Amino acid sequence: MEIIVCIKRVPETAEADLVIDKTGRDIEKEGLVFDLNEWDNYAVEEAVLLKDKHGGTVTAISMGPEEVNEVLRRALGMGADQAIRLTDPGFEGSDGYAIAKVLSKAIEPLAYDLILTGVQTEDDGYGQVGPTLAEMLGIPHAALVNQIEDIEGGRARVHRELEGGLEEVLDIALPAVLSIQTGINEPRYVSIMGIRKVAQKEIKVLGLHDLGMKPEEAGEDGSLMLVERASFPPVGEGAQMLEGTMDEISDKVIAILKEKGGVA
Amino acid sequence: MNDIFVLVEHRQGEIRDITFEMLMKGKQLCEKAGNSLTAVLLGNGVGAMAEELKARANRIVLIEDPQLENFNSEAYQQVLADLVQQEKPSLVLVGHTAFGMDLAPSLSTRIKVPLATDCIDVMVEGDHIRANRQTHGGKVNVEVRLKPAQCSMVTLRPASFSVEEYSLGGELTRVTSPLTEEIASKRFLEYVEAALGEVDITQADILVSVGRGIKDPENIPLVQELADSLGAILSCSRPVVDKKWLSKDRQVGTSGKTVKPKVYIAIGISGAFQHVAGMKGSGTIIAVNRDPKAPIFNVAHYGIVGDLFKIVPTLKEKIQEAFA
Repeated sequence: MEIIVCIKRVPETAEADLVIDKTGRDIEKEGLVFDLNEWDNYAVEEAVLLKDKHGGTVTAISMGPEEVNEVLRRALGMGADQAIRLTDPGFEGSDGYAIAKVLSKAIEPLAYDLILTGVQTEDDGYGQVGPTLAEMLGIPHAALVNQIEDIEGGRARVHRELEGGLEEVLDIALPAVLSIQTGINEPRYVSIMGIRKVAQKEIKVLGLHDLGMKPEEAGEDGSLMLVERASFPPVGEGAQMLEGTMDEISDKVIAILKEKGGVA
Repeated sequence: MNDIFVLVEHRQGEIRDITFEMLMKGKQLCEKAGNSLTAVLLGNGVGAMAEELKARANRIVLIEDPQLENFNSEAYQQVLADLVQQEKPSLVLVGHTAFGMDLAPSLSTRIKVPLATDCIDVMVEGDHIRANRQTHGGKVNVEVRLKPAQCSMVTLRPASFSVEEYSLGGELTRVTSPLTEEIASKRFLEYVEAALGEVDITQADILVSVGRGIKDPENIPLVQELADSLGAILSCSRPVVDKKWLSKDRQVGTSGKTVKPKVYIAIGISGAFQHVAGMKGSGTIIAVNRDPKAPIFNVAHYGIVGDLFKIVPTLKEKIQEAFA
C-alpha cells in the first residue's frame, strides 16, 4: 500500500511569550522552538503502522524552507521511506486552500492508496487542508479519524470522532484522504541516533515550476482568505489573580473553596 | 443581497445547539444587510424539525432522502452543491464541528467559493465577508477577509454566540432530492458510543482537572492526592487522554464530557476552546498555569500564575490541615 502523509513544522507557543511581527498580520517566529505539528505526529505513526501491516511505502511531504527538513527527517526516523519538501517564495502567504492546491499538484503524479494529514495544525488551525486536498484530487475523504479498523478490497472501515464521546463508523473507498485525530495511536519516540541514521537520506525538493503551477495559483494570489491583522485577545478578563507566597495563595484558595464549594 | 443560508446540524433526531447559534448570528446579519435568512435542513423524516425551526428563520428549505438519514459528507455535498448553485445565497454558515469540518472544505472547493474556518465572528461588508478567528491555541486573534465572491462560506465555532428567543415565522419550502444513485464512495455504517468508565465526572461537586502541564504520567498522583484531599474527582483535558495517562471517561471538553461542578480547579490546562466548551458552566473556576497569557484565564474566576509543581503540594498540605 502506497501511503502519503502531509506534515507541517509549527512553532510551540503554549508557554511562549508572543509578539506580533512587523507585518502586523502574524506572530514573530524568531526565537520560538519549532516541532512537528502534534496531529501530524499521530498521522505519521498511523502511516507507519499501516505500512507494517499491509506493506508498501510511506512518503512524507511538507511545505516550507530548509528548516522543514527537521520534521521530514523525524518522519523518516519514525519509519517513512521517502520525503519531499515543497518550497518556493511563491508559496508564502498561502491559506488552507492554496496549501491544499500545492499539495495536490505534488501528489497528483504519485502513486497512492491513502493520504493522511493531521486534523488541523497547532498554529493556524484551519482544519481544512485534508478534505480540500481530497476534493482537488477527486477522491473521498473522512475528517477527524480516530480509528482505522480495517483496510480490505480497496475500502477502509474507519471511525470519525464526533462530539460527546460519540463515534461514527464509515466505509470509504480508496484512494482516500483521512485527517487523523490525536490519540489514535501512541507515536513512537525518535532518538537523536534515530534521526542521525536517516540524515543522509535524500529529501526531494520541488518548487512552483517543478509542480507545473502558475504563480497566481499559490501564495496570497492563490488564496481565497487573507489575514489582515493579528492581535492578542484581552487576557485574564474577569479572572481575579491570586498573588503572594505559596502559603498565601493556598490560604486564598481555601477561603474560596469554603465559600463557593461548600467544603467545610 | 441574496439570502444567508444556515446549514442545520442534527444528529440522532435532535437539532444541535450550533444550529440555533448560527441562526441567531444569521438573523443579526440579515437585519443589518436587509436580506433573508434560510435554514437548510437535510435529512429523512425530519418534518418535525422543520416545524421547530420555523420560528428561527424566514424560510426553511427541506430536502429529504433516505441517503440523508445520517450525515454523510458526500451525500450532503452533492445535494448542497446543487442547491447553492440554484439559489445563489450570498453566505453559507456551517458549524465548525465534526459535521462541518468533514463537509465545508470539500463543498466550498467543489462549488468554488471562498471559505474561512473556525470563526468566532463574521461580518458582511459590501461584496466581501470578514471574519474573526483565533490561532495558536487561542493565544492570537486574527481578522481575515475573504476574496470578493457571489457566495462565501464560513464555519463558526460552537458556543461563540448566545441564543435569544425570537420568532420569524418562516415558511417551509420542500425541494426534491437530486440524489438518484447510491453513493458508494462513502457509506455511513453506525454510531458507536464511548464505553462507560469507572467514574462519572458529570456528577462531581468539585473537579480537580489536569492538563498537558503535568508533563509526565508519574506526576498524576500529585493531582490525584489534591483531589482526594478535597473529596473531589480527578478529570483532565484532551492531551492527557491522548497520551493514555488517564482514561477517556475523565475527559472534559467537546469530545469528552460537559461538566458543571460547583468548583472546577484547572491545573496546567491552557484552555483550548474545545476544553472550555465543556467546563465554562462551572460555578467557580480556579486556574493554575505557568503562562500568564493562557486562554484559561479568560474563563476562570480566579487565576494563579505559577509552577504547578510548587503550588499543588503546598495547596494539598494546607487543605489537609484546614479540612482535617
